Amino acid sequence: MSSTSYLRAIDAAPVRATGTAPNESEEVLSEHQPAEKSTVEKHLSTPVIEPASSGEPRKNNVFNRTGDFLLHQVLPPAIVVLLLLGVWEVLCSQPGSALPSFTQVISETKELILHPFYDNGGNDVGLGWQLLASLKRVAYGYSLAVFAGIALGVLIGQFSWAMKGLDPLFQVLRTVPPLAWLPLSLAGFQDSHPSAIFVIFITAIWPIIINTSVGVRNIPEDYRNVARVIRLKGLGYFWKIMLPAAAPYIFSGLRIGVGLSWLAIVAAEMLVGGVGIGFFIWDAWNSSLISDIILALIYVGVVGFILDRIVAYIGQIVTRSTSAS
Amino acid sequence: MTYLQIENVDMTFTKGQKSSNVLRNINLKVERGEFISLIGHSGCGKSTVLNIVAGLLKATGGGVILDGKEVNEPGPDRSVVFQNHSLLPWLTVYENVALAVDQVFGRSKTKAERHDWILKNLELVHMTHALHKRPAEISGGMKQRVGIARALAMEPKVLLLDEPFGALDALTRAKLQDEVMRIQVELQNTVLMITHDVDEAVLLSDRIVMLTNGPSATIGEIIHVPLARPRMRVDLVDDPVYLHCRAAALKFLYERHTAPATAAVLYSNDKY
Repeated sequence: MSSTSYLRAIDAAPVRATGTAPNESEEVLSEHQPAEKSTVEKHLSTPVIEPASSGEPRKNNVFNRTGDFLLHQVLPPAIVVLLLLGVWEVLCSQPGSALPSFTQVISETKELILHPFYDNGGNDVGLGWQLLASLKRVAYGYSLAVFAGIALGVLIGQFSWAMKGLDPLFQVLRTVPPLAWLPLSLAGFQDSHPSAIFVIFITAIWPIIINTSVGVRNIPEDYRNVARVIRLKGLGYFWKIMLPAAAPYIFSGLRIGVGLSWLAIVAAEMLVGGVGIGFFIWDAWNSSLISDIILALIYVGVVGFILDRIVAYIGQIVTRSTSAS
Repeated sequence: MTYLQIENVDMTFTKGQKSSNVLRNINLKVERGEFISLIGHSGCGKSTVLNIVAGLLKATGGGVILDGKEVNEPGPDRSVVFQNHSLLPWLTVYENVALAVDQVFGRSKTKAERHDWILKNLELVHMTHALHKRPAEISGGMKQRVGIARALAMEPKVLLLDEPFGALDALTRAKLQDEVMRIQVELQNTVLMITHDVDEAVLLSDRIVMLTNGPSATIGEIIHVPLARPRMRVDLVDDPVYLHCRAAALKFLYERHTAPATAAVLYSNDKY
């Protein structure tokens, strides 16, 4: 009973669909909800629109807009970043500080920043290559998770026997931390490369399955009835009704999934070694290169942010017409 | 021969231990080209009757025969205009109609023929100016027009209208009623319409079928509306026949079968 009622609870509030996801993922999900998105957009665009409606000459408009954009969008984060860098600099410049200061990090990692794609053979390659290696693993594991996740999500969303059978299993498996799968997959695959990919796969698949199934179950009765009247069944129904109708939910899952993949790859690579940004961080720690670690962390954050934006952007384009009903 | 026959239809919904008998012993014979309205208080089971004819619901007793064949699943020969238009929001006006036309005539018509057919039906409801707009970009009345075009484009044997104008404002509703009358004169469809608007029923129908209150609703009375077509809304305002039919329907609904509180609570959303 508990499992069915769990999924019903998701129905009522899809925003909380992945309760165990880290905080930032929840944030991602709620941001993706159409209703909330529109209020966010409204809020952001209000200062830009206002000068236009006040009937000022058109020439000043572009200037005002850029000015407003700089004032409201660029200035606040710039000030906060500068303040934080200042605090960091002051705190870590004192003698006996365990961590390097900002200027120290810059000077010590200058070579890494300027030459992201050097290759001295073996494990000694630039940060660009390390990131690409990690991205490649994520691409494999995540793509597999997308296909399998959507397929399984459709299955348990569409057929109640599948939900009753698989849902309890999924609810248990999805709480297993990504890294706990690593020893098992190493034993199974006997190789680090497919093991890392498997860890990505198994991490990203749960939010995709759950969000897809919620989306499929929430297809309005009216759309189903239209399909029944025109006798649209099977693959036709899948492509023409089910996927577009569930797309907003599916993309919520995809967005959480890509975030989790990126979280997992860094941790997995620390353990499997070889190549990749996670390995780089662990290697730097072993060589006591704290500045390198800090630089790598910044890169990891930026890449994770870009991945999230890419999926969000694709989702926005694909579901633009679906969500506006 | 009767074209559409609803025979001894019974409907009981069972949910766990509870079961409720919504319809009892519904019998109705409809001739080809007839326009029938089903009227009754909300919650009495009107929509259930329509859904059974559509094949979207299976009656627990009795059955529906259309053109000599028993109805046992939904199909394009009984196309439905849903109350809330039910257009797919990710498709344009043209694509919404095309989805149905391609599905129904995919084999029997060529691509060019289907294209012409889609345009012809959209022209019938005066929606060719918005072919490439999405449902979110057009008004409620226009959405319902497209919904009607989609249903007509399937060339149904029976057109089922489920409170098609219920969600529209009075002026738009009147305009769409006139359109439906014009199309009816042109195409001579067999139509079954659910409504709770007495004026709408008298204006559009050949016969008004009135349901008693649920639970266990059945057909209480049938009013013939012997008004000649085409009918003009303005001329009918003081037409004695029109007024007589209207009075008969009002009497049935508000004197003999006033909505009891229980029925309204039990089936308040009028759906299954």
